[in-house]
Amino acid sequence: MFSWDLLANAVVAGLLLGGFYAAVSLGISLIFGLLDIANIAQPAFLILGSYAAYVMNEAYGLDPILTGILFTPVFYLLGALVYRVYYGSFERRGEESLRGLVFFFGVLFIIEVSLSLKYGVDYRLVETGYTGKSIEFAGVGIAFRYLVPCVVGVAMTIALYLFLGRTFYGRAIMAVSQDQGALRLMGADPVQIKTIAFGIGIAAASLSGALLISIAPVIPSTDRDYIGRMFAITVLGGMGSIGGTLVAAVILGVVESLMSTFFGPSWSLAVSFGILLAALAVRPAGLFGR
Amino acid sequence: MAGALLEVDGLTKRFGGFMALNRVTIHVNPGERFGLIGPNGSGKTTLINCVSGSLPADGGRIVFEGHDITSMPAHRRTRLGIVRSFQIPKPFRSMTVLENLGIPLENAAHGRAAEGAGAMEILGTIGLASKAHLRPAGLTQIEMRKLELARAMAARPKLLISDEAMAGLSSAEVDDILTILFRLSAQGITIIMIEHIMRAVMRFSERIVVLDAGERIAEGTPDEIGRNPAVEKAYLGE
Amino acid sequence: MRHTAGALLVGLAVVAAGIAVAMLRVNPYLYFAGYVILQYVVIATAWNILGGYAGYVNFGTPAFFALGAYTAVVLIQWMRAPLPVLLLAGGLVSALLGLGIGYLTLRLRGVFFSIATLALSIVLQTMIMNWDYVGGSRGLSVLRPSGPPFGNYVVFLFTVMVALAVGAVTVARFIERSWIGRGLSALRDNEEAAECMGVPTLRLKLFATTVSGFLLGVAGAPFPYYVTFVEPNSAFAIDYAVNALAMPMIGGTTSWIGPVIGAVLLGSAQQLATVTISSEMNLFIVGVVLVAFVVLAPEGILGLVRRLRGR
Repeated sequence: MFSWDLLANAVVAGLLLGGFYAAVSLGISLIFGLLDIANIAQPAFLILGSYAAYVMNEAYGLDPILTGILFTPVFYLLGALVYRVYYGSFERRGEESLRGLVFFFGVLFIIEVSLSLKYGVDYRLVETGYTGKSIEFAGVGIAFRYLVPCVVGVAMTIALYLFLGRTFYGRAIMAVSQDQGALRLMGADPVQIKTIAFGIGIAAASLSGALLISIAPVIPSTDRDYIGRMFAITVLGGMGSIGGTLVAAVILGVVESLMSTFFGPSWSLAVSFGILLAALAVRPAGLFGR
Repeated sequence: MAGALLEVDGLTKRFGGFMALNRVTIHVNPGERFGLIGPNGSGKTTLINCVSGSLPADGGRIVFEGHDITSMPAHRRTRLGIVRSFQIPKPFRSMTVLENLGIPLENAAHGRAAEGAGAMEILGTIGLASKAHLRPAGLTQIEMRKLELARAMAARPKLLISDEAMAGLSSAEVDDILTILFRLSAQGITIIMIEHIMRAVMRFSERIVVLDAGERIAEGTPDEIGRNPAVEKAYLGE
Repeated sequence: MRHTAGALLVGLAVVAAGIAVAMLRVNPYLYFAGYVILQYVVIATAWNILGGYAGYVNFGTPAFFALGAYTAVVLIQWMRAPLPVLLLAGGLVSALLGLGIGYLTLRLRGVFFSIATLALSIVLQTMIMNWDYVGGSRGLSVLRPSGPPFGNYVVFLFTVMVALAVGAVTVARFIERSWIGRGLSALRDNEEAAECMGVPTLRLKLFATTVSGFLLGVAGAPFPYYVTFVEPNSAFAIDYAVNALAMPMIGGTTSWIGPVIGAVLLGSAQQLATVTISSEMNLFIVGVVLVAFVVLAPEGILGLVRRLRGR
């Protein structure tokens, strides 16, 4: 059943979803796209952020975005710690490939199962002050529940882009992704820079996880839904391109929304997986990759 | 060019916006001792990667013994007889020195393995026989370089490409490697030597090609190259 | 030649022992638990052919296992196919999946293969959940055939799994000792050097994913008859993903013995633990043990033994 109204709504919903997906993918874009570390545990940190927002909301009535921002330093430290273990056990010995991957899978698994043990498998959702409100724009209804995460997501993307381009540490991160030798000559320690970058990547999960649980219900295994999305977006956008991440996120959001509207919601995961495989097969450098 | 073992015709390779090789044309004759030199970043290793098949070329042709191998995967080129050693040695770390040689004997030299020296013999001629049952982790720097060469020899090459096998070695060690290469040449193997150590290249090569910034800037005998002002400029800058 | 004959005899002896155990009709729980442990021997061995020998990590074991199980469901629903057909078909379909994913990603870096397998399970599970012919998300009841050997279908499946485990280990051992196994070791150690030494790396990688997929599918094919009620959550259980990794990593990835040790040890521990702790707690412990081994003892028990013996 087709109508222009339906199409317009699907596209707008997709655009909004895209902004949120950009927030979700920033961590992987930084850690995998720039640092070339296949941190497959990232989705678990995302869900961890969601549960943090849930717990704070239940206990103190805190708005999820506030929790997300408050917990950012905690996640940063957690990320730095995880990277240090990874570096000491694998990267330094040159054995990143097999064992590093298994290590991250182990971390993903432990986080997911721990959340299961602590909070069970009931769906959790956080209602905010703006849930249920919406505005009209050019005949299309826009729910705040989707609009706010989209705006925050775009803001996060711009913030990271500016950080990487305009600050010392940001530029150091860009440098370390290209040439570690040059970085040493600059007097910076590549390991320290990578620790900071990894920490920022995990910190991003705090806020994006909080956004997630205000959009849709979450259970510990929801992380698996986002593995495909994160990597599809990073590969499609181009490894190392923050701007590319935003573009790819919007593309994925729109395609998922269209498929969902016209063929049913169960196809959305197949979309991200299909895009991932297609990008890998046809143009692994992505749209804006180096 | 008639009779050439290897012909590289107009080879081009780009990395993003950077032109690493710009329509490079060289030929190598059978049994020749061929030197390839040029300042850092001139494209020597890129050229070797394209010839060996590790990298796909963006343009041009590569012909070996009359066959166009431009789109052939690396392992098949090795089976045809094009063998390269690596600038930074890449031994198989979980295997012993002897087992390292077993791999090319079994794969690259498939069919030709019965002719010529076995693995222990090769290790003997190169001076690694006593280390045959050690893992690469227990080898010194020069022993690793020798292992690279021994592995290449086990692949029964018709064309051996030695990529900076002598970098960072002492004078006596350089002579050691040079002796091995001369001996291989005497057996009829065509050798391309890429080196920065000038005295080695000048002594070894019958003919030299000079690359700079992805282009061929000079070709000739060691004497001619030594007297060529363009070559001097390339190395020393303006 | 002597080695191979000896190995075959050992294999046959194990199968005979399995049949003897079946005929003895000991405590029925033994057959249920034994089936699961032997199933994991197959799964761990299959995973290790790609992960341990070639160095390519497959996180999507549930997808391959469940595909074998659901292929069997389809054939059971459609034509009541006999068990050998189910095994072969399950293996072939999962083999094709392995070949497909491999073909799409193995020309790139190994990391992309792993990422693709990570996303694979959840996608396949979603597709199965929307396919009513096999029961969708509600699940499907499957009737075991009547008149099984040994008089009891579970006991029969136990002996089948003994044979499958012996078969899988035989395949792994054969590969390990052949030029294929040596080529896989070379490409695991340094893929570029292996390719330049004449090893046909792409072909060997595709071979490994296909064989690994085949064995995983074969492990899954008897599943419908074992559980009698097939639903996606159990067929795609994350247990398969983490155990397929943990068992070879704990036992040791360089040889066929490692996955067997890991499967028997970890599998038995889990069977014993299910009565005392929750399944989530069980998984949590497996996860912690996995990370501990990967960080502290990456060569597994085999590696520790080797070091103790001073090699």
